[in-house]
Amino acid sequence: MQRFILSKKKPITFISALLLVAAYTSHYGFGSGDVARTAMIVASVLGAAPIFLQAYQALRVKVVSIDVLVTIAVIGALLIGNHEESAVVTFLFLFGDYLEQRTLNKTRSAIRELTEMAPESALKRMASGEYEEVEIDEVGVGDLLLVKTGAKVPVDGTVLTGEAHINEASITGEPIPAGKAAGAKVYAGTIVDNGTLTIQADRVGEDTTFGRIIELVEEAQDSKSEAERFIDRFARWYTPAVLLLGFIVWLVSRNIELAITILVLGCPGALVIGVPVSNVAGIGNGAKNGVLLKGSEVIHDFSRTDTFVFDKTGTLTQGNPQVADTILYTQEPERIRAYLAAVEKESDHPLARAIVAHLGDTEPFTVDKTNVVKGGGILALVDGHRLAVGNAALMEMENIPLNEKALQDITLFQSRGNSLVLTAVDGELKALTGIRDQVRPGVKEDLARLKRLAVRHLVVLSGDNQGTVDLVARELGLTEAHGNMLPEDKSDYIQTLIAQGRTVAFVGDGVNDSPSLALAQVGIAMGSGTDVAIETSDVVLMNSDFSRLPHALGLARATARNMRQNIFIAIAVVLVLLAGVFFSDWMNMSIGMLVHEGSILVVILNAMRLLRFKPKN
Amino acid sequence: MKKATLHLDALTCPSCVMKISNAVKGLAGVDKDSVNVLFNASKVKVDFDEAQLSAVDIEKSITTLGYDVKKVQVK
Repeated sequence: MQRFILSKKKPITFISALLLVAAYTSHYGFGSGDVARTAMIVASVLGAAPIFLQAYQALRVKVVSIDVLVTIAVIGALLIGNHEESAVVTFLFLFGDYLEQRTLNKTRSAIRELTEMAPESALKRMASGEYEEVEIDEVGVGDLLLVKTGAKVPVDGTVLTGEAHINEASITGEPIPAGKAAGAKVYAGTIVDNGTLTIQADRVGEDTTFGRIIELVEEAQDSKSEAERFIDRFARWYTPAVLLLGFIVWLVSRNIELAITILVLGCPGALVIGVPVSNVAGIGNGAKNGVLLKGSEVIHDFSRTDTFVFDKTGTLTQGNPQVADTILYTQEPERIRAYLAAVEKESDHPLARAIVAHLGDTEPFTVDKTNVVKGGGILALVDGHRLAVGNAALMEMENIPLNEKALQDITLFQSRGNSLVLTAVDGELKALTGIRDQVRPGVKEDLARLKRLAVRHLVVLSGDNQGTVDLVARELGLTEAHGNMLPEDKSDYIQTLIAQGRTVAFVGDGVNDSPSLALAQVGIAMGSGTDVAIETSDVVLMNSDFSRLPHALGLARATARNMRQNIFIAIAVVLVLLAGVFFSDWMNMSIGMLVHEGSILVVILNAMRLLRFKPKN
Repeated sequence: MKKATLHLDALTCPSCVMKISNAVKGLAGVDKDSVNVLFNASKVKVDFDEAQLSAVDIEKSITTLGYDVKKVQVK
């Protein structure tokens, strides 16, 4: 019976509305007081039924909810014969409830769309050897699954057989489908463009990359800031206090009308709902745009950030050094290149790998007596010649003369921000290679946009030498640059900035920068979706997309502003209503309920604006 | 101790959160500190002792309040 009534709230609201229309028509149209009164009473009782049940359930678990206040007010109004008030108040309360549900669903839609992308079923190989469609919960690690064209990959897994093109936009943001064959990794939530694969499940459900992202977003939308926890505590005592106030007013004034009006006016609707709706809409916008904001505390801190500190390698730069400049001092460039490639293939040093990648296919030579000089380079015997490949210190150690021209070239290469690799054959310098980490495309423009968002301090910290860091800072228009920094130097520096009263956001890839990510008020990780950084940071830029940063900051500011607006609206409404009841004669229960429900809708609609937020350029 | 996650129909009023949280906390065998009612996600997360009650009991305590439970996951 209870369930039945509660499940029929919508039709009850509709019938209440019809009865109210009928009552007013008969009253004003035909002057029939009796019909109008009967319709009002029926509307009151009908409309009060679900509210009364909710109030009863609340009291059973010791909660004085809004339903309790409204129920008492409606019963009071019926007792003193004010049927119009009771009918209008119950209708407005139910109708408001309905509208809130509709609009709340809208504000939550962005996050719901994300969670609905989670795979729900899979074709699993059963004991019989046949593939059968099963619920995703029935898939375990190690199971063999079949994925066909158009289907979602149900788990994080490894391809066993087959070939396919997979659209991995939901994980990597890359819109061009990636080719996958045996041995390749596939990710849950990605979609097979064409082809068929059998895969073995490595991680399932919440342990998959996609599952973890959803989990984080879901937790974020309900995480509470200190201010919200305060409002919650306040609301817990506020409603009983209103009940008490109504009772005292009745004791003192013996005016039931006034007492029940206070009960309706005291409903704390907009105040409790205002901040959570801003939160969910803001985080929803972020989730859709590749920005994971982990909760309202983060939004609050982020919105006040005045200092951005960047890690250089992998954040401002691409993180994979490439050969940028080469000079050969020889008549036989092909042979020297082939020697160099042969030696560098022996090493997996990043600079060596960059050189190998740059040189491509060369004539193969066997390398003998390889000797790695720590902090210097490599000595080896190739094709009967003695090679020294490494930095200037290695050349000095090997007593290799550097002429005027070579010294000039070295200075020039360094001024461009290169790391140097010198190649000597039989004691003579033959090649100079400059390798540097290129700045990510678009980073300069993104930093300029941050500046326009009134971020005054843009700082780069790096383990590289000061010259290289200065160069990057100048190229990108940063305000401060510090090189030669170990991870602990970086976190010390951030501590100093915080001590100066700045609000600091640290942007890094999170691999070796976790102390800084944790220490800064806002830790921003460039997550490629598989990084641990997603877990340790406050804000994640999905797909390591640096260009999301201005959007993230603008969104955090807009969301924080939206929350303040909603708190202001809620408090202003309560104050106006209370002033109305004590200092005017037009205030009554119906107007109180109308304003109360109206203010709830206003804060929800205000929050909904965040779903459409786009940063100005 | 087991972990239950109950997916509810969309929650619309913050006082629902308080009601559900109080109702679930009132059950014997539920770890009171673990009860977390997520307003926007419309989920209830709770740790409970399977020797004292089952996930169905938790589900029942919520449905008697008038909220539909769509799905229950126990780990």
